[in-house]
Amino acid sequence: MTKRSDMTAEKNWSGQKIVSPDYLLFEAPREKHFMTGSEVVKEAMKRCTVDASVSYPITPQSEAAHLIGELWAEGYIGTYFRGENEFGVMSEVAGCAMAGSRTVTTTSGPGTLRAMENFPMWSGTRIPCQLILMARGINSPLTIQPDNLEVSFLLETGCMIWYAENVQELFDMTIAAFIVAEKPDVHIPIITAVDGFFVSHTRESVMLPADDIALPPYDPYAAPLPPIDSEMPPGRFLRDPFVMKSNYISYATHASWQWEVRSAADRSRKYAKHFLKGLVHTTGDDVADVVFVACGTASHQAKEAHRELAKLGVTCKVVKLRTIRPFPTEELIEATKGAKYIFVPEFNVTGWLYNEVVKALYGRSESEVIGKPRVAGGMSMPVEEILKEVANFVKID
Amino acid sequence: MANLGPADYSPYPVATYDGLYTPDEGKAMLLTEMVDEEVAMREVARVMLTSENATIFPGPQVLYAWSEEAKKKATLIKEMSEVLGAKMIPMYDYRPKYPKIDAEVEINPNHPNLTIWHNNIKACIFIGVHCHYANVALKIIRSETDCYTIGMCALSGHEDAMATIRDQHSEDLAKFIEIAKEVKQELGK
Repeated sequence: MTKRSDMTAEKNWSGQKIVSPDYLLFEAPREKHFMTGSEVVKEAMKRCTVDASVSYPITPQSEAAHLIGELWAEGYIGTYFRGENEFGVMSEVAGCAMAGSRTVTTTSGPGTLRAMENFPMWSGTRIPCQLILMARGINSPLTIQPDNLEVSFLLETGCMIWYAENVQELFDMTIAAFIVAEKPDVHIPIITAVDGFFVSHTRESVMLPADDIALPPYDPYAAPLPPIDSEMPPGRFLRDPFVMKSNYISYATHASWQWEVRSAADRSRKYAKHFLKGLVHTTGDDVADVVFVACGTASHQAKEAHRELAKLGVTCKVVKLRTIRPFPTEELIEATKGAKYIFVPEFNVTGWLYNEVVKALYGRSESEVIGKPRVAGGMSMPVEEILKEVANFVKID
Repeated sequence: MANLGPADYSPYPVATYDGLYTPDEGKAMLLTEMVDEEVAMREVARVMLTSENATIFPGPQVLYAWSEEAKKKATLIKEMSEVLGAKMIPMYDYRPKYPKIDAEVEINPNHPNLTIWHNNIKACIFIGVHCHYANVALKIIRSETDCYTIGMCALSGHEDAMATIRDQHSEDLAKFIEIAKEVKQELGK
């Protein structure tokens, strides 16, 4: 059993050397491995001095949850248990985090929706826990296939949302997520999303630092709220009288509280900029007629389309959004300057990312924004499909 | 009553919506400007020394003897109030006060404007208040009152305060007291 009291200034409870976040992410030597997204989540959590993890099986994240459990058995994680269901899991995550633990969980699709009430509660209580979301389709009809519609349900929960494109990004992002979420002026939950199956079950080359180094432990006393103790039970303010009152004071508190949670997400920008090396990543021509704005594996497919379009003499650029909340509005405007057409390829029927892009560019861009191609229900997004959409607007020989 | 803020129809001005964020390490914020810590300390001292009913609001982190640092800070804050000629009204916990707060003797983050209105406070320092509660209070005060707010924070600072100084530990408070003494002398007080 690992214990905080086993930790020294130099070593965490499992004997890993404590190093700075910058060293772990940017400076430590790395070696090449060949891993799935689920396996790389285990590797990332192994280096994060995680206090607690709560799990519940649901495809496609079950393997990642299982592997985090192995970390507990190996002595890397303080405590690990299975919840009664996803609502229970997310509530228990809140309990662990309010008690001052660095806490992680994973879920997918219907599990996300079942736990829904907890996510705005997480942000409202300013806990810096991490949810690794391996996106899958949501009911109904019941599906286990890849689709990221579920992310749209999380957009206004007050949680930060980051989106990884591939296995390497998933590794680095899940480590950076704790660092940024735990900054005292941020200190809200973070959801690190990837496309289920496409990333969780795909084996790729990935560069990893040695596993004998790890992040410093979470310091719950550098938090914007007092951690719980016998005088301050969990969610004390949830049970306090202003919740029950209908008067201006009550309204004012709620309004200010909600703005503060959103301000906290905004404050994460400068930290995310450092640890993610930018809120957006761009590839391709500096000035381009065609710009793809995408996140996750859709940006990978867009990059393939870019290679084909380049051969055909079409100037093209891919803008990959790495943070969805906070939304990188200014970065997007800058990166899409001069574009004639902006395509937003995505893996869902509603086009939630298209809506986000249109909202951000409204009144600030002359470009035509096209919410295509859009695939869903488990479909893949062939490059040919992207090129076909582009050909509707741009002459391609 | 509140004016419309920059954040759509909310009556609550929110600094991050104006692109203002907590200051970088080693820096402080005066309204919209990032400045050196000492510049901010001088301005904060001037405001507190020249405003009507200037008040310090100490929070739980300095009101209770959690640690040796808390005890040191509490002693220094008492000295600070004497140098600034400021009153002290504590924020001793964060629970809303019902049926009615005693605005003469306490302040609460959920309705801080009541204490500021009641005591006609024109400048105040938040110190030792957990950041979330300070921020909730500062947004309400910014909207509902004409009080000049100052956040002296042990962590990252508060962009919703009109002046904020970050990473304030006991040695920094001692430095501020010395600066406040100089400013007081310059003002002939």
